[in-house]
Amino acid sequence: MTLAIDLSNISKSFPGVKANDEINLKIQEGTIHAIVGENGAGKSTLMKILYGMLKQDFGSIKIFDNEVNFSSPKDAISEGIGMVHQHFMLADNLSVLESVILGMDRASLKVLNKSKYKDEINEITEKYSMPLNTQSMIDELGVGEKQRVEIIKVLFRGAKILILDEPTAVLVPQEVSELFNNLKNLKDSGVTIIFISHKLDEVLEIADEISVMRGGKHIDTVDASTVSKTDLAEMMIGQNLPTPPKREKNSKQDKALTIKNLTAETENGRSAFKNINFSINQGEVVGIAGVEGNGQRELAESILGVYPIESGEIILGETTINDLSTRDRRESGLSFIPEDRQSQGLLMDVSLSENVILGKQSSTKYKSRYSNIKFNEASKNSNIVIENFDVRTPGNNTLALALSGGNQQKFVVGREIENKPSLLIASQPTRGIDIGAQSLIWNKLRDARDDGLGVLLISADLDELIGLSDRIYVIYEGSFVKELDPENATPEILGSYMTGLKT
Amino acid sequence: MKLSLKLTTLLAPVFAIIVAFGLSTIMLYLIGEDPIETFKIMYDYGKTGKSIVSILNRSVPLYISAVAVAVGFKMGLFNIGVESQYLMGALLSAALGAAVALPSFLHITLIIFVAVISSAFWAAIAGYLKVKKGVHEVISTIMLNYIGTGIIAYLLANIFFEKVELSTTAPQTDLLPETARIPSLNAFLGIEDLPNLHGFIIGAVFIGLLYYWIVWKTSLGFDLRATGSSPMAAKFSGANPARLTILAMMISGAFAGFVGIAPLTGYFFKYTTDFPSGLGFAGITVALLGRNHPVGMALGAILLSFLERSAQILDLKDVPKEIEKIMQAVIVLTVVVAYEVVKRYVTNRQIKEASKVVADD
Repeated sequence: MTLAIDLSNISKSFPGVKANDEINLKIQEGTIHAIVGENGAGKSTLMKILYGMLKQDFGSIKIFDNEVNFSSPKDAISEGIGMVHQHFMLADNLSVLESVILGMDRASLKVLNKSKYKDEINEITEKYSMPLNTQSMIDELGVGEKQRVEIIKVLFRGAKILILDEPTAVLVPQEVSELFNNLKNLKDSGVTIIFISHKLDEVLEIADEISVMRGGKHIDTVDASTVSKTDLAEMMIGQNLPTPPKREKNSKQDKALTIKNLTAETENGRSAFKNINFSINQGEVVGIAGVEGNGQRELAESILGVYPIESGEIILGETTINDLSTRDRRESGLSFIPEDRQSQGLLMDVSLSENVILGKQSSTKYKSRYSNIKFNEASKNSNIVIENFDVRTPGNNTLALALSGGNQQKFVVGREIENKPSLLIASQPTRGIDIGAQSLIWNKLRDARDDGLGVLLISADLDELIGLSDRIYVIYEGSFVKELDPENATPEILGSYMTGLKT
Repeated sequence: MKLSLKLTTLLAPVFAIIVAFGLSTIMLYLIGEDPIETFKIMYDYGKTGKSIVSILNRSVPLYISAVAVAVGFKMGLFNIGVESQYLMGALLSAALGAAVALPSFLHITLIIFVAVISSAFWAAIAGYLKVKKGVHEVISTIMLNYIGTGIIAYLLANIFFEKVELSTTAPQTDLLPETARIPSLNAFLGIEDLPNLHGFIIGAVFIGLLYYWIVWKTSLGFDLRATGSSPMAAKFSGANPARLTILAMMISGAFAGFVGIAPLTGYFFKYTTDFPSGLGFAGITVALLGRNHPVGMALGAILLSFLERSAQILDLKDVPKEIEKIMQAVIVLTVVVAYEVVKRYVTNRQIKEASKVVADD
């Protein structure tokens, strides 16, 4: 058997982080090779190097025994490497045919020979039995079909090696099994597949070999047929599986938040979530578990007031806040840790001492009687956040973009907690950050809960949900399908409700 | 450490201007003119007392126009419509100012008030279209420039201009009475034998301060800057994007209303077909040159006015005066590039320092 890919000593550093540390990886032709690891383990950096989007600092890449030196994805494509990104890069107003050939021809005034392309595409879809109507418009397709278009796009460009970045994150279970069938067909026709994921069950099902990455290092490559899930998890996370320590319940009688019959629609008229009912007591953490895209993000944003609701009632403490603006909701004691700190939680090109104001710029905390911002107050409070939440920064004059992800997140969490809210919505509070920052944030959330804060926790990290929550709701296709006591919940149980296997 | 960073930031425009002069030198050399001699002529002419007064008078509306544009820029809004906004304000205030009799202070206040309100209203249309109909403000303000110019021409020729009473055929409003004119500063400053230094220069200083206060010191300004930096983060923090867009366009338009005040009350005293135009577009250049900073834009306005003024002498000395326009554009380009370079440098330095802190632990 020939080696499709042979990476030796690949290293790549970013300021303050070794994203890839002397990675050695061999992948056989015609196999499915999974790369697993937590967020920040270095998987995507490695794939970006392999696809020519990033340049390694050291190390060499051999593709089918040829040493290669990529300076752009174009070079990688010409060597037969194709990548399917997690987020599709398709235009809604093109047909499948147009999407596949997009960018192929040098721009010219010549009329496209569509029928020739059509035959070629049909040949591919038949060969790998991935049925697709080339005339359909992209916006008529489901998520699974769109992904198929992306895969065919890559195959059409002659890819022999296919990189799939978290391909199942956006799929429902039936679509996942369809994808897996397609991948097996591809493998049987000799295509090499690199499958990036952190879902261990899926990886065990589909892969021949599994490589585990952790903290920028390649930990091991194992045979999928002999390894157990627990072993994989331990390799992925290190010896001590970090789970937030459980503590005694501390729930008070007073309600921090009550949601009654809340319903909302997405922009294109589909249901985002419907008839949601729950409440959070003071001193209680309520977790929401769900596969991304099942309405939990919209639910959180509708409580903040940035997502429109159709009907229902949102009661903060004793007050109905349906008609309040986001500003007034924040003023009434709501704090929000958004899932994307960089675009939703911080002003990246602004200093920390001004970033601390964000969310409270119109509150008397930072606004004087004459509408002036109290910059001295802001400077003082930013130092308090930096101090209390261990934000590693040269000072409060540093721009937010200069900090590492973990430190940015600690700052956002610190700011929202130091604003002394009565309800905190925490959306993916520890996504993609290092373990040190993660455990600090867990502890701080716990402390705030013990001080009587009500917390709505939305997380894709099931261990985090189980460890931090006092109660867990599972959201599936926009509805709460189950309430669970974290004492009796395991990731497996949660998973079966999240995917609709159990109801 | 911090000082040296600040210094680097300040050095950017200086460096840019040196490069621009270097490029202009090469250009002059290529067209067969003596560069040193040309710059010397420009400088000598530009530093005469007469020229300095002219430069300052020119700078005032240019600066205010830049401020109007900058308000939008700070929020990520491109108000290309300052042109028709200030002309609209100038026409209406000129017409009304000539029609009433009031004590001087009230009269001037009324003129300013009418100009500001009508310009702000004209600008608000673009804000409204953006919020309610999703029309990009660049498109709507450009179109509103055309519409505004048409309306102004119609109003001027058919409503405010009564041909029979005047011997001229050029459409114009009636002359403003003495009470509506802002006096020059010459008597106050004891300047003799020079043209009038217009009194509204003080107004321009106040406008600069007002702009600085609104954008950098108030909570509204924080919302504007936050939206300019990250619209999503601003929205999540409670800023209302729709309200802010309309408000920012109105504030921008209100500042635009001040642009016509100096020419109107200082030396034209009426609105005519040759009332200074093009200031709205020149303001965009100055805002870019001064990086939306109140002091930077003041220096930018003075620099451009100096170039324009000193270009007048080039013609007399047989140097093509187009060289001045080219120099202007080259300066703006080099400044924009220099700032980008400095910005990257500062950012990289900050990232390095921040990662050092992490590594030291």
